[in-house]
Amino acid sequence: MHDLIWLIPLLPLIGFVINGIGRQVLSKSLVGFIGSGTVFISFLLSCTLFVSIYEARALGETGRISQHIFDWIKIGNLEVSLSFLVDPLSAIMLLVVTGIGFLIHIYSIGYMQHDGGFAKYFAYLNLFIFFMLILVMGSNYLVMFIGWEGVGLCSYLLIGFWYKNSDYGAAAKKAFVMNRIGDLGFLIAIFFILNTFGSLEFSTVFQSAKSFPVGDVTILTITLLLFVAATGKSAQIPLFTWLPDAMAGPTPVSALIHAATMVTAGIYMIARSNILFVLSPLTLQIIAIIGVCTALFAAATALTQNDIKKVLAYSTVSQLGYMFLGLGVGAFTGAFFHVLTHAFFKALLFLGAGSVIHGMSDEQDMRKMGGLKKALPITYMTMLIGTIAISGIPPFAGFFSKDEILAHAFAANPVYWVLGFIGALMTSFYMFRLIYLTFFGSFRGTEEQKHHLHESPKSMTLPLIVLAVLSIFGGTLNLPEALGGQAWLATFLSPVFADGASLQHMHTITHSTEYMLMGVSVVGVLVMAFVAYNKYVKQGSVPEHDQVSRTGLAKLSYHKFYVDEIYELLIIKPINWLSVFLARIVDSLGIDGLVNGIGKSSFMTGKGVRLLQSGNVGFYLLLMVVGAIAIFLYGLLSF
Amino acid sequence: METAVQQLQGVPINHYLIFCGLIFAIGVIGVLIRRNVIIMMMSIELMLNAVNLLLAAFSVHHGDASGQVFVFFIMALAAAEVAVGLAIIIMVYRNTKSIDIESLHKLRW
Repeated sequence: MHDLIWLIPLLPLIGFVINGIGRQVLSKSLVGFIGSGTVFISFLLSCTLFVSIYEARALGETGRISQHIFDWIKIGNLEVSLSFLVDPLSAIMLLVVTGIGFLIHIYSIGYMQHDGGFAKYFAYLNLFIFFMLILVMGSNYLVMFIGWEGVGLCSYLLIGFWYKNSDYGAAAKKAFVMNRIGDLGFLIAIFFILNTFGSLEFSTVFQSAKSFPVGDVTILTITLLLFVAATGKSAQIPLFTWLPDAMAGPTPVSALIHAATMVTAGIYMIARSNILFVLSPLTLQIIAIIGVCTALFAAATALTQNDIKKVLAYSTVSQLGYMFLGLGVGAFTGAFFHVLTHAFFKALLFLGAGSVIHGMSDEQDMRKMGGLKKALPITYMTMLIGTIAISGIPPFAGFFSKDEILAHAFAANPVYWVLGFIGALMTSFYMFRLIYLTFFGSFRGTEEQKHHLHESPKSMTLPLIVLAVLSIFGGTLNLPEALGGQAWLATFLSPVFADGASLQHMHTITHSTEYMLMGVSVVGVLVMAFVAYNKYVKQGSVPEHDQVSRTGLAKLSYHKFYVDEIYELLIIKPINWLSVFLARIVDSLGIDGLVNGIGKSSFMTGKGVRLLQSGNVGFYLLLMVVGAIAIFLYGLLSF
Repeated sequence: METAVQQLQGVPINHYLIFCGLIFAIGVIGVLIRRNVIIMMMSIELMLNAVNLLLAAFSVHHGDASGQVFVFFIMALAAAEVAVGLAIIIMVYRNTKSIDIESLHKLRW
C-alpha cells in the first residue's frame, strides 16, 4: 500500500486530462462522476495511509513514509529528486485536501449544473487537487514549489472562469500577480537554502539546521523570504487584497481554494519548516505581529461589507491572521489545528453562501435577502452551525482551536491576546450579522426572486451536512489538557515539531489563567452575538445602499480602508510611469534610435562612397596610379 | 681594346635609371592625360619599353643574363596585349562611334 503513494496525485491528474480533452463530448453526469470519483479514490488511499501512520504513531514510531519516484536534476553537486513524503502533518493535510475536495466536487455537480463550461470547470478543479497534493506530499522544497506555483495557476484559471466578464479576468490577474510576488520570495529562499545546506530535501535541511545557532543571519534571511512567500499565498498584509476580489469565481472555488486548501499552503510550509523558524525568533515575532494585524484589519473591514461572499473572504483573511499569530508565538500545533477546523467551518460557510446565492437566483447582496430561514432550512441550520463554530462558542470546533492560539498568545505577550480577543469579538459580530441579515426578518428581494426561492438539491445539501457535523465535533481532535482532554493532535504531530520544540522557550500559563481567558472570550463572543441580534433582528436595521455617505470608521471600513487605492497610488502608478518611460523613451528613442541609427549611418556612408563610381575611366586610372604609388611608398617606408 | 660589355659598362647605371624613369613617367602621364585611346595604348607601350631598357641595363651592369631573358617575355606580352587592346578598341568604336575615352561613361552611379 505504501508503494501506491504516487497514485494519490496521479488520479486527479488523469481526471483533468480526461475531462479537459473530452469537454465537448462527455456528458455532464460522466464528467461529474470522473471528476469526483478520482478525488474519492485519492481520499480512500489517503485514509489507508493515515491509518498506517496512526498505527505507527501509536507504537511510538515517527510515522514517516517516503517514496522516491525518480532522480530529476543531477548537475554537479545539485541533486533534486521527485519524491514524496507522507508524515503525520502531510497525512492530515491529504485527508483535508481530498476529503473536503471530494465534498466540494459533489457540491459543484449541483451548483454548476446549468453552466456551459461544466467539463472545463471539473478539469480545472481536478488539476488544482493534483497540484495541491504535490505541494503537500513533496519531500523537498522544489517539489513543494511546483505545487505552490501550480495552485496559483489553478486559482487564476478558476477565479477567471467566467472569462467573458473582464472584471473577473482582472481579479484573476490580480490574484496571480500577487501570488507571483510571493513566489519570488520562495524562489530566492530556495537559492539560499541550496547555497547554505547543499540540498533541498527536507530531511537533509532540517538535520543540518540543528547545528546552526539561534539568530543566525542566513537562517533569518531564509525564513523572512519564506514568510514573504506565505504572505502572498495566504493573503496576509501586505499581499492580501487579491482574496476579496477572488470572490469573482464560482462559490465552490472560493470554498475549496480560498478557504480550505490553497490559502493554508503558507501555514503548512511554515509548519513544515518549523526548525528554521524557531532558529530565528525575529521572524517569528514579525509573523505574529503581521498575523494579528491582519486578523484585526480584515475583521474591521468585514464589519460593513454587504456582499455575502466578501464578508466570508475578509473573514478568511482574518482567520488566516490568527493562524499566523499561532505560528508566530510558537503554537505550531495550535495553528495547524485552526487550519483544520477553519477548513471545516469556512468551507461550510462558503458552500452555504453558495446555496443561498443559488436559491436567490444569483443575488449576493445581503441587503436584498432576509427571512430565508423558512425557504432554505438545511442551509440555515448548517450555516448557523458554521457561524457558531467560527465565533468560538464551545463545544463547537472553532472554540478549541482559537482558544489554543489565544492561550499561547497570552503566554507570549498579553498584548497579542488582547488584540486577538478584539478580533474574535468582531468575528462574532460580523458573522452573526451575516446570519441575521440573510435568514431573519422579512424578505427584501424582488418578487421574481421570491418566486424562484428554493432549497438546494441533495448534491449541494449533503456536503453541507457532512461539514456541519465536522464543525461540531472537530474540536475533539485536540481537546486541551485544561479541560481534561488528551490533546491527541499535539501528540500525533509531535515528531514533526520535535526539533523545533527542543529549541523553543515555551512560556506556559496555569490552568486557572487558561480558564479565565476561555471564560472571558466566550462571554465576549456571546455578548457580541446578542448585540448583533439586537441591531439586526430586534431593530430590523438594514445597511444602507452604496450611495449613502458614511462617516468616520464606518466609512473607512466600508471602503476597505482604501488599501487598493493606496496600492494604486504608491505602487501601480509609479510602475506605470516607469513602464511608459521605458517604452517611449528608452525603447523608442534609445534602442530603436541606436539600431535605426546604425542602418542610417551605413546608408549615408554608401551615399558618400558611391560618388567614387563616376563612370569616368580616366578617374579610375588616376586612382589606380595613386594607389600603386601609395603601396610602393608604404613598402619602402616600412623597411 | 675594350669589349662591348666594358664599353656598355662605361655608362654609369644612374644615367640609365634616370632616363628610364623619366620615360616611364612620361608614359604614365600620357595614359592619364590623353583622351584618344590609341594614344593611351602608345603610352602604355612606352612604359613597357622603358622597363625593358632598364632591365637590359641592369643585366649588363650585374653581368646576369636573366634580365635580358625577362625582356623577351615582356616583349611577347606587350605584343599580345596590343593585339587584344586594339581588338577591344575596334569593338568600342563600333558601339560608340568614338575613340574618346570619355565616351565610356555609362557605368555611373
